[in-house]
Amino acid sequence: MISHIDVSSVLKRSVCDLYSNLVTRPTGAAVRIGIEHHLDEIGDKALAVLDFSHVGLLDFSCADEIVAKLLQQYVSDDFPRREVYFVFYGMNESHTDAIEAVLERHGLALVTQLADGAPALMGIVEDEQRTAWEKICELGSARAADLADAIGVPPEIAARTLDTLWRRRLVIRQESGYVPVRGVLT
Amino acid sequence: MTTVIDVPHSLDDRSFEDIFDQLAPLPPDEKILLDARRTRWASPFGLTGLLTIAQTRLERPTFAVPENDDTASYWSRASFFKHAEGLYDITGRVPRARQASESSVLLEVTPVVHTQDVHTVVENIQQRAQTILSEKLHLQSKVTMRFTMALSEICQNVIEHAGTGGWVAVQAYKWQQRLGGRNVVVIAVCDAGMGFRKSLESSQGPRPTDRWGDAMALEETVMRGATRFRDPGRGQGLQGVKRFIGNWHGKLSVRSGTARIAIVPSWDEDDVMKEDLASFPGAQVQITIPERMPDA
Repeated sequence: MISHIDVSSVLKRSVCDLYSNLVTRPTGAAVRIGIEHHLDEIGDKALAVLDFSHVGLLDFSCADEIVAKLLQQYVSDDFPRREVYFVFYGMNESHTDAIEAVLERHGLALVTQLADGAPALMGIVEDEQRTAWEKICELGSARAADLADAIGVPPEIAARTLDTLWRRRLVIRQESGYVPVRGVLT
Repeated sequence: MTTVIDVPHSLDDRSFEDIFDQLAPLPPDEKILLDARRTRWASPFGLTGLLTIAQTRLERPTFAVPENDDTASYWSRASFFKHAEGLYDITGRVPRARQASESSVLLEVTPVVHTQDVHTVVENIQQRAQTILSEKLHLQSKVTMRFTMALSEICQNVIEHAGTGGWVAVQAYKWQQRLGGRNVVVIAVCDAGMGFRKSLESSQGPRPTDRWGDAMALEETVMRGATRFRDPGRGQGLQGVKRFIGNWHGKLSVRSGTARIAIVPSWDEDDVMKEDLASFPGAQVQITIPERMPDA
């Protein structure tokens, strides 16, 4: 299931309908809780498109509360909250500044959708993970053996890399193989 | 007995040390009169600092208004008297405030007490920032956003760490002598709360070293991103401010307790660290962003 979440609307609903800027930690926490409530209603496996198009300013504290703390719940190695994948959409340069900083601080990564609709990775991603992720995007779907052939690594390495990307919720694991996380908005 | 504190003719972060020096020996319950009658100019640091002083006094202080009409009018436009009247007994003529939107006051003196105050600061400054920052400082809109992010983070520090409210003001003006007459925008955020050292000590106690004090607390927080919170996501705000300052050749100074630390750009000759200053509670932050020249 794909769910579109307008972050600006969550802000207005959760905090104040006069605000258009995501600033301060308490505001970020309130918005994150609003997003979590929304995610709780969309099933155990879902793709959420977080739309920042109508957000004015995003400061570092708010980015930490919304982006980092949200991702941490769904990319945990042990007990992720549920199988939810995220695409971050509609981000401007100042949003990106704040988000890059918090991703780096926590060693996290996410998928963002660029203006031309293409997905891109942001945050901390090792080279072999990035190579695998880009190849999966190019192929559209792949099993470990397909990826191993495509990038010239042993199958067990490809399998481990795909598993890591899946645990980080950067690719979706399906019965037919792994597919890239990407939104549908253009 | 009332002790008269002379307010310098020109009041900025440097000359404010004269006031701190005069205040330091006085017990907090001693009645004081801040005499600004001969003061002709004040930076945002000066205006917010004057309000902060009143918050440290147990006996309601008195404030003598600048005699120069232009100065007093400007202070009115900057909303200084609006807040000073709640903190001081005022002597002298306070001009009626006019709208600040036509002047170079980017953000009038504004209290920072609650989270919603930060939203108010950000919303208000965005209305004027676009015009003043882009026209005077030649900042692109994306840089204006980063400027506002920095302002937001500095204001949040007051709410999260001071344990009391503070004040923020932002002003754009043209330097007559420095930087070849370039325009600058100056942010000041002052509070009289617990300060950086006590904030760090509140979670971990004093550091086990002879060097521990206000200066080391400033080094750890400003330079190394330390914070009293265990959450690894904390401390990013000030680090983000530093990045912005560095990218824009700006200056950041933070005074707390008896020390002052600064990130000093090439155009300035300030000391990176000053110690053994007159003790004053809380934290007083100033950010200066110069106009970007076409060849910069």
